[in-house]
Amino acid sequence: MSTPTFGSDELAQFRRTFFEECTELLADLEERLGALVAFSSDVESLNAIFRAVHSVKAGAGAFGYTVLVGFAHRFEALLDRLRDGKAELDERTLAALVAAADVFSALVDLARQGEVPADDFGADVAEELGALLDGAAPTASVARPAEAAPEAAKPAEKSYRILFRPNAELFRHANEPLYLIREMKTLGELTVDCDLSRLPPFDAFNIDDSYLGWTMTLRAVCTPAAIAEVFEFVDDECVLTIEEIAAAVEPDEASPVVAVAATVATTVAPPSDPQPSGSKPSESKAAGKTGSISSIRVDLYRVDRLVNMVGELVIAQAMLAQQFTESHSHDDPTALQGFEHLAGLTRELQECVMAIRMQPVKSVFSRMPRLVRDVGHKTGKDVRLEMAGEQTEVDKTVVEELADPLTHMIRNAVDHGIEDAAERLAAGKPAEGVIRLSAQHAGSNILIHVEDDGAGLDRDRLFAKAVEKGIVPAGAKLTGEEIDELIFAPGFSTAAAVTDVSGRGVGMDVVRRNVQALGGRVQVMSTPGKGTRFTLVIPLTLAVLDGMVVAVGWEKYILPLTSIVESFRPGRGQIRVIPGGGEVVSIRGEFVRLIHLARVFGVTEAVADPCQGLVVLIELANGGKLGVVVDELIGQQQVVIKSLQDNYDPVPGISGATILGNGRVALIVDIEELTRLYDRNARIADALRQPIAANA
Amino acid sequence: MAEPLDLPSIGPDAATAQTRQFISFRVGEDEFAIDIMAVREIKGWTETTVLPNQQDYMLGVLNLRGTIVPIFDLRCRFGLGLTTATRSHVVIIVAIGGRLLGLLVDAVSDILTVNAADIRPVPDVDQPIDNAFLAGIIPVGDSMVVLLSLENLFANHGPANAAIAA
Repeated sequence: MSTPTFGSDELAQFRRTFFEECTELLADLEERLGALVAFSSDVESLNAIFRAVHSVKAGAGAFGYTVLVGFAHRFEALLDRLRDGKAELDERTLAALVAAADVFSALVDLARQGEVPADDFGADVAEELGALLDGAAPTASVARPAEAAPEAAKPAEKSYRILFRPNAELFRHANEPLYLIREMKTLGELTVDCDLSRLPPFDAFNIDDSYLGWTMTLRAVCTPAAIAEVFEFVDDECVLTIEEIAAAVEPDEASPVVAVAATVATTVAPPSDPQPSGSKPSESKAAGKTGSISSIRVDLYRVDRLVNMVGELVIAQAMLAQQFTESHSHDDPTALQGFEHLAGLTRELQECVMAIRMQPVKSVFSRMPRLVRDVGHKTGKDVRLEMAGEQTEVDKTVVEELADPLTHMIRNAVDHGIEDAAERLAAGKPAEGVIRLSAQHAGSNILIHVEDDGAGLDRDRLFAKAVEKGIVPAGAKLTGEEIDELIFAPGFSTAAAVTDVSGRGVGMDVVRRNVQALGGRVQVMSTPGKGTRFTLVIPLTLAVLDGMVVAVGWEKYILPLTSIVESFRPGRGQIRVIPGGGEVVSIRGEFVRLIHLARVFGVTEAVADPCQGLVVLIELANGGKLGVVVDELIGQQQVVIKSLQDNYDPVPGISGATILGNGRVALIVDIEELTRLYDRNARIADALRQPIAANA
Repeated sequence: MAEPLDLPSIGPDAATAQTRQFISFRVGEDEFAIDIMAVREIKGWTETTVLPNQQDYMLGVLNLRGTIVPIFDLRCRFGLGLTTATRSHVVIIVAIGGRLLGLLVDAVSDILTVNAADIRPVPDVDQPIDNAFLAGIIPVGDSMVVLLSLENLFANHGPANAAIAA
């Protein structure tokens, strides 16, 4: 299909749209593929996969990506056979589908980059598909012409009765039954009977409503699925039944009916398409859009600009309000009310804008079933993945950055967490291991759990390994939890043998770093014999933070509210100085190390005595506690996070900056880094973060 | 003629191809200049937010209409001691290599339009300021203005060189 009437700009635009849609379609495909189970008859998933492949193929054809089209065609043919029940979804076929999906998305990527794939690209997979096709239906010709009437290969003509009764809203969603009926006509011999019974009296007639229903009789060589596909885009807006009727019932009651449909239709739209439809990249997709989707595609850059602008607005509003209250708050209560109203509106506006960037974690979660199956296959383990909370929404960037850590953790869970079937049975567990992946909101954070019912962390081996690697001294006395924490140490791999799947020595430390880069933390909880649970706590958005403003000397710092447990002014008796100069505070029988923010950051004129200032009790990612000594608490505030690194270098102990109501910059404290900065005694916390070469 | 100098080039305006413009300013008793094309704005000194554990010439950061901009004390960068900044001191905001930063100076003096050929190389003499910071000398009447190399002044601000007191 060449489109000479289009400038290169428009074509490029179409192409971009096509690839954006491909990304979505492939994600959907992947998700559905992950849901497929061998020997099941999950026609719905097969249909969905088929549709995805088909849609990509249609677009690819329009842009002349012939290799992609060719491959899609084979892929589609096998899917088609499967959903018609003409081939069985056995392990081999399932593996072939998974492999085909990989090749397919690789081909799309190549096309996106404008590269032409090598001749033999994916040839083995294509061959396997071919073999499966031949095996499944020796009579069928694999190379069916793509756009020919569907199911031409099958000889038997069948009769169907189709009852199609659209809901009243059909027209309002820009659908047109006439097109559907015409489409039906292309399938075979069609007779249509129009049901006028729901037509209201003329004065009650609403021109926007749909009142008609149709009973169609079709004689054609096609499957019920092919018929259902015609109605694909309206299937949630109508009553549709398709039944096969015993052989050749000759449908005589014929044709005035179509005429009625046509007259009604003309009131809505002229029957001929006013636009040169051949120029659209894909008609089927265009139709799909007008059908049901009520969303628009927006350039991410525009959204980000909006987010930034609103961030500025929030700051400007806060500054204005502060200046006003400082100058003349007493003489003008209405103005004060106005400011409060404005503050409410800006905050709401900010929330709305942030919501635009929110996406369900589903797009990442949906990749996991397949991963579990792959890894389970490679390791010969029987593992089931249970997921919950896929619809939990989080900032788009966070969603993207979650993929790597989750992949790591799930892979680890299958490879190391779950035991062999024999071991499991011996331990009195079912042979099939279970991994649970769940997401939920908790305040301004998202909580993600990765949980397995395996053997739990092997503490003896962990400790031995840590000693061997020089991460902890041989005689160190560590609690069980502290040992569990060791898996986050750099270069630490628990796999006894380096497997193909995991265990290359980069693992949980990378996970922790990735999660920390998102402003989050990761914790591990393990019960020997029962399993391991990882918890990721990640802020919903990277753009704002709930913070506590604290004063230290002349400076003000922001502590992330999520880490703060409580704050208190200790009594003289609560403070102990331990040998070596460190200080601890005792609170409810627990001794917590004290860190003076002023000393870490070199702030002068700060309160030196914790009993004169305040101790902010903080929970670290590893579950440990820390008391941060500050002068006073100023208050809780949602702050817009600004990067220091745009114009400067990373500053240890500082994760970012924000602008306070008075226009001054305040620094956001990186709590985790704080301990490292402060820790001059090489205790465990230090050892965890920087491996000391013990043998050096 | 001078040797080719390592100077930031200026806009493509044909009429000024042979002349270049500089902003000159004062630090202590000395006059310095930087390419006007690098200058984004000039503002009065306001109190900064100090970043912890940095070199002493790094004065902290300012809010420049929503952007966080680091401010450097030029006098201190030259190794001539900290400036006691007052409201009469001036911060010149410049863009170097895609980053914005502010230079604290005593006062801005002038805009110089100089024939490119008149810029002299820096003689290799013993002086308090590191030669690498200097890009050339511009004769102005009887005296002279030292042209600074902003790139070299702040070249060592890669992440690898971030001052860490650990």
